[in-house]
Amino acid sequence: MDFISILSIFVLACFVGYYVVWSVTPALHTPLMAVTNAISSVIIVGALIASAASGAEVAKWLGLVAVALASVNIFGGFAVTERMLAMYKKKG
Amino acid sequence: MHEGAPVNPWVALAYLVAGICFILALRGLSSPASSRRGNRLGMLGMAIAVVTTLITHEIASPIELGAAIAIGGVIGFVTARRIAMTAMPQLVAAFHSLVGMAAVLVAAAAFLNPGAFGILGPDGEILSISRIEMGLGVAIGAITFSGSVIAFLKLNGNMSGKPILLPGRHVINLGVLAGILGLIGYFVTDQSPWVFWTVTALSFVIGFLLIVPIGGADMPVVVSMLNSYSGWAAAAMGFTLHNTAMIVTGALVGSSGAILSYIMCRAMNRSFISVIAGGFGAVADSGGSGAAIDRPWKRGSAEDAAFLMSQAEQVIIVPGYGMAVAQAQHALREMGDKLKEHGVRVKYAIHPVAGRMPGHMNVLLAEANVPYDEVFELEDINSEFAQTDVAFVIGANDVTNPAAKTDKSSPIYGMPVLDVEKAKTVLFIKRSMGGVGYAGVDNELFYRDNTMMLLADAKKMVEEIVKSLD
Repeated sequence: MDFISILSIFVLACFVGYYVVWSVTPALHTPLMAVTNAISSVIIVGALIASAASGAEVAKWLGLVAVALASVNIFGGFAVTERMLAMYKKKG
Repeated sequence: MHEGAPVNPWVALAYLVAGICFILALRGLSSPASSRRGNRLGMLGMAIAVVTTLITHEIASPIELGAAIAIGGVIGFVTARRIAMTAMPQLVAAFHSLVGMAAVLVAAAAFLNPGAFGILGPDGEILSISRIEMGLGVAIGAITFSGSVIAFLKLNGNMSGKPILLPGRHVINLGVLAGILGLIGYFVTDQSPWVFWTVTALSFVIGFLLIVPIGGADMPVVVSMLNSYSGWAAAAMGFTLHNTAMIVTGALVGSSGAILSYIMCRAMNRSFISVIAGGFGAVADSGGSGAAIDRPWKRGSAEDAAFLMSQAEQVIIVPGYGMAVAQAQHALREMGDKLKEHGVRVKYAIHPVAGRMPGHMNVLLAEANVPYDEVFELEDINSEFAQTDVAFVIGANDVTNPAAKTDKSSPIYGMPVLDVEKAKTVLFIKRSMGGVGYAGVDNELFYRDNTMMLLADAKKMVEEIVKSLD
């Protein structure tokens, strides 16, 4: 993919983000932060590629540590969001 | 992935699907009813992204990867299960720091081994555009990391919540920022390791310098801002890796944090720049409040409060950070239940900056089993105070100060506040008459004829009121 197509995806995604986030109810702003935290750990994709790096031992270990850190976030972020959301109940 | 490498359209499609799952995850949060489905979609998106990478890239040995994921996963999962809801702001700050660190590590790995990421040009050097992306990625990641660590220490009480002001900090900060940007520019022409590592080191320093002068009460803005940065860091790395899932996610998270920062700033009537410049609440300690001490005020007991509220038609409860500190949410809900038994209508009013992060109070009330349809935002409930018998303020201060509407000299002038003083009676729980809110200003509300001060620990006071209601 060339830079311009990537940039287009990015800019359009920013607009999507803008409208989607404004539609989030303020009562759920804390879960919103927790879940955005979890999904931003999609950076694990980069970490997985780095950890493969044959021939570059240091890069590989950096990658593995990044995989572990991102995993804390993925599991922790989704689990804590799930826990919070389960608490929101209607009357009765 | 890059020029020359075979591009598998299915891989690109899978990352796109993951990105869509993430959009739907956020979309689900538009109402509590759809939110859990949204969260599941988020998990699905993450699984798709990870599995796609695992089957389409050369990866480390399954044992090493499995160990890394298991260690991280267990730590994350156990922490998420055990953490107290009142500690949510510091948990989120800690999680942000991890995203930042992961971005730094990935950028460093890409710099050390560019071939694996497909960012080498035909001349064997890293592509210029990738150098900029990588430089920005590592800089934003490092700022996110060190900034979040400071935010965590402040929120967790390991570090004073008071703003710490260095002399000449604006000049230092701007200088360091200019240095980082200049070096990233220079990185395009010279890919020597020292450039990359200096950018990284300076970015760690600036993250620290930026957050240290910001006081505890401005933390909702800081936490939102760092949330935004963690997104931009992921997006920058997505550019480097040409990965749609990362770019879409980064853009979503980046805008999410930016919008939350904006909402928080608006709720304090302060500009983003003034929050980031820091120091709010540090200057007001020096004096000015002395004149107010002798003004008359009324003190009430738990029995008085119980009597007043049980006779009321409607009570609006206004919680603030003090409720979180005292862990009074469960006792508060019990009080609400008792009042309902007396035929009183009970509602909760939440100011956007109550607490230490956006939505902090809502989560605590939800934890205490307060139904979310009894909890209202400022603009939805403010007109109701005039027809309300009792406004019950617990642990909130500045967000109820009428001076924000009338006193032009007040530091909080212009901030939208809850009109509690319009209620027939205001019950205000406070530890003592001495302390002031985070803005360092005295609250007009304490001295009004219709205000009754309940001086005690918030939780104890509420528990006593519950007893008196029997």
